[in-house]
Amino acid sequence: MTLPNGWEMVVGLEVHTELLTKSKLFCGCANHFGAEPNTNICPVCLGLPGSLPVLNREAVDFAMRIGMALHCSIAPSTFHRKNYFYPDQSKDYQISQYDLPINSAGYLDLPDASRVSIERAHMEEDTGKSTHLGGTGRLAGADSSLVDYNRCGVPLVEIVSGPDIRSSAQARAYAAELRGILIATGASDGRLEEGSMRFDANVSVRQSGAAFGTRCEIKNLNSLRSLQRAIDYEALRQIQLIEAGGVVRQETRHWDENLGQTSTLRVKEDADDYRYFRDPDLVDLAPDQAWQDRVRAALGPMPAERRAGVVSLLTGASEAQLDAVEVVIDLGLEGYVHAVAAAGGDPALAVARVANELAGDVDNVGHLTSDAFVMTLAMEQRGELSATQAKTVLGELLAHGGDPRSIAAAKGFEQLSADTLGSTVATLIEANPDEWNRYREGDEKLAQFFIGQVMKSTKGQANGKAVIAELQARR
Amino acid sequence: MSDALTRDEVAKVARLARLVLSDAELEVYTEQLGQILEHARDMNTLDLTDVVATAHPFGVTNVVREDVVTPSLDRETVLAMAPHVVDHRFAVPRILGEAP
Repeated sequence: MTLPNGWEMVVGLEVHTELLTKSKLFCGCANHFGAEPNTNICPVCLGLPGSLPVLNREAVDFAMRIGMALHCSIAPSTFHRKNYFYPDQSKDYQISQYDLPINSAGYLDLPDASRVSIERAHMEEDTGKSTHLGGTGRLAGADSSLVDYNRCGVPLVEIVSGPDIRSSAQARAYAAELRGILIATGASDGRLEEGSMRFDANVSVRQSGAAFGTRCEIKNLNSLRSLQRAIDYEALRQIQLIEAGGVVRQETRHWDENLGQTSTLRVKEDADDYRYFRDPDLVDLAPDQAWQDRVRAALGPMPAERRAGVVSLLTGASEAQLDAVEVVIDLGLEGYVHAVAAAGGDPALAVARVANELAGDVDNVGHLTSDAFVMTLAMEQRGELSATQAKTVLGELLAHGGDPRSIAAAKGFEQLSADTLGSTVATLIEANPDEWNRYREGDEKLAQFFIGQVMKSTKGQANGKAVIAELQARR
Repeated sequence: MSDALTRDEVAKVARLARLVLSDAELEVYTEQLGQILEHARDMNTLDLTDVVATAHPFGVTNVVREDVVTPSLDRETVLAMAPHVVDHRFAVPRILGEAP
């Protein structure tokens, strides 16, 4: 979207991601999405008197992985109490990192080669989940909220970008790339729909090159699509307000996905005063070089490097192929493509099959060995299987595993002998003299007609290229 | 450190902590808290250039535990302590708006 009259948007994103630890950040309760309400709670995450938090080592490893993947400096850090009164946590403060975060001053390069700076990526605990009921609650005569504290104390890393983003499309690309990185580090499952990754957007507008305008923070962005829509809506709202002589107030706004608009949630009259202070129950965190080296050594390649690795196998990748590569990388299935390339097969065909057939049944890829994948594609390339047959074989391999040759044989996917193909084509030419004459006179579109007819009469067993060769031989 | 603690500052801190103080209490606490700050202010007279700030009285770092799940509390025991429970969840007066 282009903004009117020389306006420019300035966007920074705050991304919260839950970490894939087994237990919570400061206690041994299970970190498990979807458990029965209030079954994973204990004195520590409820903040009962006398309880003491102890930091989860694995959460520190994940936080450092994220920092390293985002080129941050890792520094000694501390934990603070952020004090506020809201029933989503029962101890009236959230433990977070404040002036000394574990990761700071990094960056993220996007596929379009733009760079977004990362101000910090700090650790904190998640809050509980409240459900707001209507007037039917059992609190006499009052509306009520119901709270489940299972999520309370689940480890989070909050990644704060610099105000470097200039369009909603760039914001979306940043969020998508960051998601890929979080998944690649193993720190997050990136499941937006389960809230394991959440976005807040700080949006302001200015005339290009002018000083920053007043920003509004948009909350409740639960998908890449709503992130992009909300930013566009908010930038236009601010521009229209200013052009009508109004002034943007600094406030928190709520995105309504159904209405497609933002509305005021809270006006920030002064800077929020959370009375941050050091949590006296927690000591400094200062991972030494050996600890950092151990974490760095366990870090695999990030999506940008993996993407480049697959693209380098293709010659002059089209836009559609690049999209397919993105699917392959996103699902972490590029091993199949590399296996095909290593065996001398066609990487472009491999990308297409992975991005479609494998992506369509991604939960079952465990059944498909890379050898079986390589062999299926080789059979297709050699013309022993038609494209349709190859897809069917892959479907079978995904469902049950097995050997592609046996599956092809069991399905009756023996290639037609040259004789059978020849006689089939001859019969069809005889039955369709008008089409045959037009084809002979140079109407190449009729080749598709004959391929279709051959496929129909052979139940898809013929190979398209072989049919064309047969037609040309008889022309 | 700035000048003496004011009554307005105490009122603000009380409001942030959701404490309702009477005028008389505001007077008392302004004086008492002021004395504590005054005591801490004595340190301003010392030369602390080479003294590292104390982060924690124990002077230890990196106290961590392994990522192991331990049993949680029995749900019914916990919920029995709550004033109101609906559908195994803590029921609280409806809060307007979202969390900070």
